[in-house]
Amino acid sequence: MKVLVPVKRVVDYNVKVRVKSDGTGVELSHVKMSMNPFDEIAVEEALRLKEAGIATEVVAVSIGPAQASETLRTALAMGADRGILVKTDATVEPLAVAKILKAVIAEEAPRLVILGKQAIDDDANQTGQMLAALLGWGQGTFASKVVIDGDAVLVTREIDGGAQTVRLALPAIVTTDLRLNEPRYASLPNIMKAKKKPIDEKSPDGYGVDVAPRLKVLTTAEPAGRKAGVKVGSVSELVAKLKDEAGVI
Amino acid sequence: MATLLLAEHDNKALNGVTAKALTAATALGAPVHVLVAGQDAKAVAEAAAALSGVDKVLLADDALYAHRLAEPLAALLVSLAGGYDAIVAPSTSMTKNVLPRVAALLDVMQVSDIIKVVSPDTFERPIYAGNAIQTVQSTDAKKVITVRTASFAATGAGGSAAVEAVGAQADPGVSSFVDESLAVSDRPELTAAKIIVSGGRAVGSKEKFGEVIEPLADVLGAAVGASRAAVDAGYAPNDWQVGQTGKVVAPELYVAIGISGAIQHLAGMKDSKVIVAINKDEEAPIFQVADYGLVGDLFAIVPELKSEIAKVKG
Ligand SMILES: Cc1cc2nc3c(=O)[nH]c(=O)nc-3n(C[C@H](O)[C@H](O)[C@H](O)COP(=O)(O)OP(=O)(O)OC[C@H]3O[C@@H](n4cnc5c(N)ncnc54)[C@H](O)[C@@H]3O)c2cc1C
Ligand SMILES: Nc1ncnc2c1ncn2[C@@H]1O[C@H](COP(=O)(O)O)[C@@H](O)[C@H]1O
Repeated sequence: MKVLVPVKRVVDYNVKVRVKSDGTGVELSHVKMSMNPFDEIAVEEALRLKEAGIATEVVAVSIGPAQASETLRTALAMGADRGILVKTDATVEPLAVAKILKAVIAEEAPRLVILGKQAIDDDANQTGQMLAALLGWGQGTFASKVVIDGDAVLVTREIDGGAQTVRLALPAIVTTDLRLNEPRYASLPNIMKAKKKPIDEKSPDGYGVDVAPRLKVLTTAEPAGRKAGVKVGSVSELVAKLKDEAGVI
Repeated sequence: MATLLLAEHDNKALNGVTAKALTAATALGAPVHVLVAGQDAKAVAEAAAALSGVDKVLLADDALYAHRLAEPLAALLVSLAGGYDAIVAPSTSMTKNVLPRVAALLDVMQVSDIIKVVSPDTFERPIYAGNAIQTVQSTDAKKVITVRTASFAATGAGGSAAVEAVGAQADPGVSSFVDESLAVSDRPELTAAKIIVSGGRAVGSKEKFGEVIEPLADVLGAAVGASRAAVDAGYAPNDWQVGQTGKVVAPELYVAIGISGAIQHLAGMKDSKVIVAINKDEEAPIFQVADYGLVGDLFAIVPELKSEIAKVKG
């Protein structure tokens, strides 16, 4: 069974992004970029399926600028077999990403696609669900456990109040939550090996997908800040402040 | 036309986040119909009908919707979509699962997690863990929107809308429900609580959560939250996680205990009215957003805080 893993290049989760002073967006030059953390979890899950003898090939795909090939290299260094770069400098919204992925899937015919639940830049949490819709496949979002069971996959999902397990006919879509696994680090020999693994280059046009945005970004602004607070010296001082000053207890 | 609001519920009771999303739905300016999809969910539909400003309630009562699986529920929403300009839902794990599926089937780009309705096609939403706020205008003919409920006040009671039954749609037949384990708690839900007491990695174990964090929550009548580190370590259940990729809350009072204040955590609580931080590291970033900070060992401070508050509350 082939597993496809879409990986997005995003601002590293440790970076505190800054809004540009002219309100046109956030500062992205000279900022550390990494693979979206949820996508590392997706790659890890695919690799574990391969190590368990269930997956036969793990293909990573990224839609983005030329530098997104670095993100694919990271996936290859972790152990993915090959990469597909759908190269574009445009901002591609989740709906268009889903359409491109659908076209990739038509060529690659994977039985399982594992995405992150959310890209930590746009915080959209949409792409996997949209892809499942476009394909008419079942979706196991926010997964904390994935078990292949013959022609189906059992996905345990993190939901409000606890956990839910669903059974999906394969092929299917899974999106990862934080507790699914702990992604491995790429070893130096594997980083070297990854340099020789193939990355195919494609374009949205080649797939016939229009990536024109549907959402017009009018402005990007700094969030309202909080007033600096005070340090209190004791529990009784804290309780007095909460009662008399803040009036919350 | 009208706006369709998807209700959040557990088949028995309407979840309070629905009334918050109703405030956003009403701001779109069109009449609001509420869809209750569930099994034996008549009481939920009646509760929705009693919300002020609701024009009509649609009740799709069928075993197919008992667990609100995305595939059948999206098919139902799409079958109704023709009559609506906008489909709106409170942002919950259920709607985050189903609404993007609806959007894609309608060829619409969803607007996720809005915090403000600027006009019927223009919205504010946070990106980068809330470090930037985008104002976006949707150019799609239909709008599909999830609402960050911490940013909207609840609409009150006072309505008396009619409840209309709608039939189930065919099951797409690609998914089925296996089982569910839901925690039962007497405490308020995170998204409804006026006070939240949250613990981080420093709490150290599930037992300590029970011995130190929960008693403070109980004396305050508070909900309990946690950082990702505490959830990952198994000290707290996953749905207690507050943050960028967990729950977003804005209670009257948020008490962060042994939580460092990573941006991903702040993203979920920094709109709280009053924030208290208890941390032994005076440099911890959580103090930058705290109204009241107390530096010290949580295992000494929290029990004392609990008794002091109990005294004050008599
Ligand atoms: C993709 C992604 C998504 C994420 N999403 C979330 C999210 O939604 N929510 C979230 O919370 N995090 C999230 N995180 C994780 C986040 O980056 C931090 O790692 C996490 O919030 C840290 O949790 P913590 O503050 O409990 O632990 P730590 O950072 O380890 O902090 C523990 C704190 O306790 C203090 N302490 C230690 N002992 C004591 C004591 N005895 N008394 C008092 N204080 C003490 C320490 O000084 C320290 O400040 C995410 C990370 C990633 C990469
Ligand atoms: N440009 C992209 N290239 C590859 N995968 C993507 C891209 N955008 C989104 N994804 C995938 O979709 C998931 C959810 O993204 P989003 O819907 O934007 O929050 C990510 O974790 C990725 O797995």
